[in-house]
Amino acid sequence: MKDFIIPWDDRDMGTPAKTGKPVTLTVDGVEVVVPEGTSVMRAAAEAGISVPKLCATDSVEAFGSCRLCVVEIEGRRGTPASCTTPVAPGMVVHTQSSKVRKIRKGVMELYISDHPLDCLTCAANGDCELQDMAGAVGLRDVRYAPGENHFEVRSSGEANARYIPKDESNPYFTYDPQKCIVCSRCVRACEEVQGTFALTIEGRGFDSRVKAGMAGDDFLSSDCVSCGACVQACPTSTLQEKSVIELGTPERSVVTTCAYCGVGCSFKAEMQGDQLVRMVPHKQGKANRGHSCVKGRFAWGYATHKERILNPMIRDSIDQPWQEVSWDEAIGFAAERMRGLQEKYGRRSVGVITSSRCTNEETFLVQKLTRAVFGNNNTDTCARVCHSPTGYGLGQTFGTSAGTQDFDSVEHTDVVIIIGANPTDGHPVFASRLKKRLRKGAKLIVIDPRRTDMVKSAHIQAAHHLALRPGTNVAVVTALAHVIVTEGLADEAFIRERCDWDEFREYAEFASDPRHAPEAVEALTGVPAEELRKAARLFATGGNGAIYYGLGVTEHSQGSTTVIGIANLAMMTGNIGRTGVGVNPLRGQNNVQGSCDMGSFPHELPGYRHVKLPEVRAIFENAWGVQIDPEPGLRIPNMLDAAVEGTFKGLYCQGEDILQSDPDTKHVAAGLAAMECVIVHDLFLNETANYAHVFLPGSTFLEKNGTFTNAERRINMVRKVMAPLNGYEDWQVTQMLANAMGAGWDYTHPRQIMAEIAATTPSFAGVTYEKIDEMGSVQWPCNEANPDGTPLMHVDGFVRGKGRFIVTEYVPTLEKTGPRFPLLLTTGRILSQYNVGAQTRRTDNVVWHDQDVLEIHPHDAETRGVKDGDFVKLASRSGETTLRAQITDRVSPGVVYTTFHHPDTQANVVTTDFSDWATNCPEYKVTAVQVSPSNGPSDWQEDYAAQAAQSRRIQAAE
Amino acid sequence: MSPEKMVLMANQIATFFKTQPGEDQAQRVADHLNDFWEPRMRRQLIAHVDAGGAGLEPLVLEAMAKVRVPAD
Repeated sequence: MKDFIIPWDDRDMGTPAKTGKPVTLTVDGVEVVVPEGTSVMRAAAEAGISVPKLCATDSVEAFGSCRLCVVEIEGRRGTPASCTTPVAPGMVVHTQSSKVRKIRKGVMELYISDHPLDCLTCAANGDCELQDMAGAVGLRDVRYAPGENHFEVRSSGEANARYIPKDESNPYFTYDPQKCIVCSRCVRACEEVQGTFALTIEGRGFDSRVKAGMAGDDFLSSDCVSCGACVQACPTSTLQEKSVIELGTPERSVVTTCAYCGVGCSFKAEMQGDQLVRMVPHKQGKANRGHSCVKGRFAWGYATHKERILNPMIRDSIDQPWQEVSWDEAIGFAAERMRGLQEKYGRRSVGVITSSRCTNEETFLVQKLTRAVFGNNNTDTCARVCHSPTGYGLGQTFGTSAGTQDFDSVEHTDVVIIIGANPTDGHPVFASRLKKRLRKGAKLIVIDPRRTDMVKSAHIQAAHHLALRPGTNVAVVTALAHVIVTEGLADEAFIRERCDWDEFREYAEFASDPRHAPEAVEALTGVPAEELRKAARLFATGGNGAIYYGLGVTEHSQGSTTVIGIANLAMMTGNIGRTGVGVNPLRGQNNVQGSCDMGSFPHELPGYRHVKLPEVRAIFENAWGVQIDPEPGLRIPNMLDAAVEGTFKGLYCQGEDILQSDPDTKHVAAGLAAMECVIVHDLFLNETANYAHVFLPGSTFLEKNGTFTNAERRINMVRKVMAPLNGYEDWQVTQMLANAMGAGWDYTHPRQIMAEIAATTPSFAGVTYEKIDEMGSVQWPCNEANPDGTPLMHVDGFVRGKGRFIVTEYVPTLEKTGPRFPLLLTTGRILSQYNVGAQTRRTDNVVWHDQDVLEIHPHDAETRGVKDGDFVKLASRSGETTLRAQITDRVSPGVVYTTFHHPDTQANVVTTDFSDWATNCPEYKVTAVQVSPSNGPSDWQEDYAAQAAQSRRIQAAE
Repeated sequence: MSPEKMVLMANQIATFFKTQPGEDQAQRVADHLNDFWEPRMRRQLIAHVDAGGAGLEPLVLEAMAKVRVPAD
């Protein structure tokens, strides 16, 4: 099938869209109606008339500096800039009078007099607005004699003091000051779109130059986060992607969806044939509205990295080298082993792990493989180790396991609580949208042990930072509820109408107990009582209140309880069911939401319906012609326990690296080592593959068709822009394996899989590829009642009927500090790296983060004799590793922090196997540790490296 | 799974439901085990209880009568 290339209207309208009452005006004789507040420039664009412009672009507010967009307006004096002039009723505008033509030509002549005329060899040739405008205004000669300029390296034999050489420090784009027209679009994009404020204009008049950071900084050493907004905004080749410099301008583009975090940004993959030239954020993308981060925008080089495995491989045991074989042989080998294991050890001795990085369709097939072909429910997904408590907590309280809002909702929020999330690093595009709202005056409460960038950074500051001790979320959330209930701030009208009143009364009685007062829990949580009270009052009374949370909530022994507590807070303050409010889990991986929706969990079929329900099983039994096991299957930690015990023997693991990402590495390794057939389906020989018997090469998101569902329940298209280098899309590989085991599947395109999902799952009943193509994306539930999807959930009532308050008693984690392990370790991620780093470590993103480091407070470092940059040993009851220390007061005394992006550090050898009471989601966020100076790698690290090297040997096919 | 880990997990569930209002805590513990524990896990728990149930919270023991014995 031919790829779908969308003819979106991607015109630059010059200034941002406005909302307001309609205003009618005439532009060059064309009558046009636009919202009040719209610029004359944008009104002209709406009428199909392009006013020449340089400093205006519709991603940033008008600036009025270039004077190229001047127009004449009847009854007004002079020639106002159309970008900064708002429309007025009855206005009559002329964009092409002889007067303005003359002005524009003069402006262009001045610009060109200080610009090199090397257009033919310039990287922006054919994609340069300066070039376009010179053409549009009819510039034919430049009368100015050569003089002072910024582009000549030498002038009249002397070095030109105004010439600044190209800054190539950023791995992905260059800054070439000689091409710069000082339009400030980059500076404004950095401020308004990204919110980092890394760029400025230094100097005045002819001395004005764009500058990253402080004196002495280049782009790399500045605060620049490499989001690409400035590159996108630049009208010339001043800020230019290195890939375009190398390859030239793209000739076609395909709209697709980023495969990194759960924001799910839409991108245009700009191509030359099947060569990807660049990824550009898509303006019509409803999650990102034209913005991007360093990962989605630039870090796609892993797709063609030399370490990618393109041929299937097998081996009898993991001490042998890999043998490259044909697809037939690999699939046959895998199918025979899995069937053999089931015959020998029983139907439930094998299972699957679906991938939250793969498409909905691929995930659906993997869980179908276990339910319909293996005949059990042993399916789980990485959401087990991140957001499974969200599934439980929101399911119990609201009746459905998903965020309640779309991302646009944040533009209408007045008070935001961020708890256990670090969006500037984990969900950067959402963070930019949130920061934009904060700069407009919304208030922020951050509940986090670390002083994240959301607490304080350029032009934003949290009203309250509750720097709690790791593991005390429930106590803090319940204390917030205590203040709201006891100070009479609860929204009784909302609760009476929308929630179960008796359950609320029980909850209110529980929360009112003096033992939950902020003063009573202060010693435990470390949060000053007065600060907590103020935060509670602000959230309850500050207008639209929205809660955004991440894995700092879920990855605890009481993860599910905290999610319930968050839902309670939203309900008791009436912050559910309209724009600007809600409960919003920030999902880690691109398709965590989708993989959960698709029935990846062992206890529920697609659409969150328990396998015990005969009426639900019947739907799938009829569709698939098989009997479905009514018993819940094993979750990932249970699979590993069962493997160690000898009753779980075979695993098909698609696009996930459990050895690196899951807690207590030694236990994971023991589980994997005890299995007799581990099938890893991935792009690279990841850590889990060290214990695999079959390796099936995977395909990247650029090489397949399908859909991802982001954190706002938005189903976005993933479109194939090049043929899979390994030969097959991932769903085809799963189908081959299933068929080798007798399944008889005959899907020829993922749209057929989506049709099966729609036919069996009520919340997807209205979803088709045609609908997504037509609408751009659609948010589930999408069915007869909501044919165009559902941006906001629980508008007229909760999915379960009445909202349910549940008591949230604080139970301390069993992981306790003591004399041997006096510090608390908490883990997280960093902007430039993604999850286990399998993708981002294979890109130039390593310039920002080439190793995991341990953040430690100066006080804790000093008492241990640790200096900044020292190698330190990090030890817990589970294991020990070494890494370098970074001394910082972002962490409180007693707390240390690291990331888990690098396998040679393997932070998870230290984390324990404690887990959430309801879902077994591991407690990554609290581990009692000790830190001490070290000379080098731990014994474990050395043994691990040796085993990995041995296991990765490949014997080429003869 | 190790008996210690199993006892710990069962007790964590009981600890949550113990704090809930109402009379049906044991039933809710049993429901949770039936809904989320795979047959071999429930079987191991039942065997542990049959062997005396060392270390288990009273509420877990109370719930056991309502925990479904796996059919196969």
